[in-house]
Amino acid sequence: MATSRYDYEEAPGTYDDANRQDIGYDPNFVPDSVKSFVVHLYRHIREKNVYEIHQMYEISFQTLSDRLFKDTPWPSVDAVAHYVDNDQVFCLLYREMWFRHLYARLSPTLKQRIDSWDNYCSLFQVVLHRVVNMQLPNQWLWDMVDEFVYQFQSFCQYRAKMKNKTEQEIALLRQFDQAWNVYGVLNYLQAFVEKSNIIQILEQEKEGGEQFTATDGYDYSGGSNVLKVLGYFSMVGLLRVHCLLGDYQTGLKCLLPIDISQQGVYTSVIGSHIATIYHYGFANLMMRRYVEAIHEFNKILLYIYKTKQYHQKSPQYEQILKKNEQMYALLAICLSLCPQVKLVEETVNSQLREKYGEKMARMQRYDDEAFAIYDELFSYACPKFITPSAPSFEEPLVNYNQDAYRLQLKLFLYEVKQQQLLSGVRTFLKVYSTISLGKLANYMEVDEATLRSILLTYKHKTHAVDSDGKIISNADVDFYIDDDMIHVVESKSVKRYGDYFLRQIVKLEGVITDMDRVKLE
Amino acid sequence: MGRETPKQQQQVSYTVEQLVAVNPYNPDIVPELENYVNEQVSSQTYSLDANLCLLRLYQFEPERMSTQIVARILVKALMAMPAPDFSLCLFLIPERVQMEEQFKTLIVLSHYLETGRFHQFWDEAAKSRHIVDAVPGFEQAIQTYAIHVLSLSYQKIPRPVLAEAINVEGLSLDKFLEHQAAGSGWILEKGHVRGQLIVLPRNEFNHPELKKSATDTVPLEHITRIFPILG
Repeated sequence: MATSRYDYEEAPGTYDDANRQDIGYDPNFVPDSVKSFVVHLYRHIREKNVYEIHQMYEISFQTLSDRLFKDTPWPSVDAVAHYVDNDQVFCLLYREMWFRHLYARLSPTLKQRIDSWDNYCSLFQVVLHRVVNMQLPNQWLWDMVDEFVYQFQSFCQYRAKMKNKTEQEIALLRQFDQAWNVYGVLNYLQAFVEKSNIIQILEQEKEGGEQFTATDGYDYSGGSNVLKVLGYFSMVGLLRVHCLLGDYQTGLKCLLPIDISQQGVYTSVIGSHIATIYHYGFANLMMRRYVEAIHEFNKILLYIYKTKQYHQKSPQYEQILKKNEQMYALLAICLSLCPQVKLVEETVNSQLREKYGEKMARMQRYDDEAFAIYDELFSYACPKFITPSAPSFEEPLVNYNQDAYRLQLKLFLYEVKQQQLLSGVRTFLKVYSTISLGKLANYMEVDEATLRSILLTYKHKTHAVDSDGKIISNADVDFYIDDDMIHVVESKSVKRYGDYFLRQIVKLEGVITDMDRVKLE
Repeated sequence: MGRETPKQQQQVSYTVEQLVAVNPYNPDIVPELENYVNEQVSSQTYSLDANLCLLRLYQFEPERMSTQIVARILVKALMAMPAPDFSLCLFLIPERVQMEEQFKTLIVLSHYLETGRFHQFWDEAAKSRHIVDAVPGFEQAIQTYAIHVLSLSYQKIPRPVLAEAINVEGLSLDKFLEHQAAGSGWILEKGHVRGQLIVLPRNEFNHPELKKSATDTVPLEHITRIFPILG
């Protein structure tokens, strides 16, 4: 829901915004429209009317925010509580929305950040330890997890900018060291995954024993979807947190129970779909599994292209567009490191050419200019990495919020540098069917020993180890060496007849079934 | 710690793996994970997940980091090549730690291995005996990696090139080649220019004709989609 949340630097003047918030803001004033909003929302939640809840959550809340609360917070929860029977759970939900709105439109103070953490703790404790008899829309449940991780990321960024911290702020940070503590964040997400039993549910669903995906996670037997769906989305949350920490292997492991080759609850909310694939693709890119990354980016970019018109009015629209652009940048990077254009669908490819055609050509030249472009695209598209540890308040106060990003960038460029000579080899291999080592060494202006190293590098870098430990070649042009002769092997593109026939069989069966249903008068 | 029986040792590693799977975000397991690293070193086993878990915990509480343990993790990761474990570990180690001498050396060693510069690798490794000798099995692991990359690339490889890659010469190399010929299907030929040629076992990477048409095989689970239709 936040509009500009992924800008690297947060809005300046955080410290003055306490004042800005106070001007003209009376937390106790409740306009009639807000009273009506909470009363109706409360009723819909009690009646488990998911459709109405969704309408109010997605549309009414936005409309009221735009109209009445453009740059002030909503009325305080204390002011609205008596309209909703002082219901504890509703108040926690209201506060969650309250803080989310604050983060989106204003800049939270440290105290507010801490209070938001407390609210999440209370809300999550209720869901984890009490029997909650609610059905909430997936959109809301996803937003909760998404916002939780976002506020954690935001807090780490904020905390790492120690230079201009007032004594008051430092005292607060020291006192409330549990707020947005990395252990707390990870353990809540983990707790949701475990308590909801979601991994077992998904397993059993594959064998036909459970219904989850089929009902989009909703419970039609009188129960609640909240814990299960939070558990499900927490797996994506964990993937995201691990990417922010630079632990791509574990991040991917956390996502493993979700089969991203199929539709699932993660595709039921566009924000979740994009977040999942973005981080999945990024993690694979950092693990050098370029083909896998290209494959997934291609799929989702095509999907966004076809469906974004339907989201134009949605509050997530800007975010969708931003992530779309970032994934094109990541795709450009992947294809420059692993030129397998045939993996990219036509529409996506033409969009890619338009946005990054020129830059990709320059990236493949592997000179200083190329590195500058890799740097630029990576920096634009990467997640906002964090330093999870608290600062040492003893040492001189410096800003270290860029440290994590700088490390990931440095290591990424290091990998790019190692692949520097590969494009030269590629060019020659495409021209010859056989060539002696001596001759090629001559053309490339290196000695034979160096050429042997370069060829080995080519083989090593184009033969990645996949998640099962198998070696997969992603080389578009390949070779083998016989003593001192190089034999080039061009990979042929093969038509996938098997898949095609399967699809058509299923389709035809569908048509026949439909026709059978037609009753002739 | 006294010598544990193999059964006891197995129980310890089982518990650590469980910890990592079930309760990884827990500062109290740091000592156990550190012990586990030392155990991996001495018993020549390896667990990337446990080591990543420890590196993460070090990230959360940098004062607890033991650079000696981190160095051992990195050496084990190097031994896991061609898997990218070494860089996966580096992503979790703060830059200022990576600037220390022993880590700079390890990064250089990794660089040589990633770019097929085996000659330079063995030279540098010889200068850094204190780092690499501390981990048993290091030499064999790197030799295995070298042979892996060579097997991707060569159908027939001249003896001196192989010798340089695995850092074995003369009589030791003869013995090694005999052993490989007997057990791994290597064939020793007489080359025309450079003496001995070694014919490496055929695989889909150095013999393209062996490449399975994975492109047109259909996995069984996809066929199950149409069982209701067929049946």
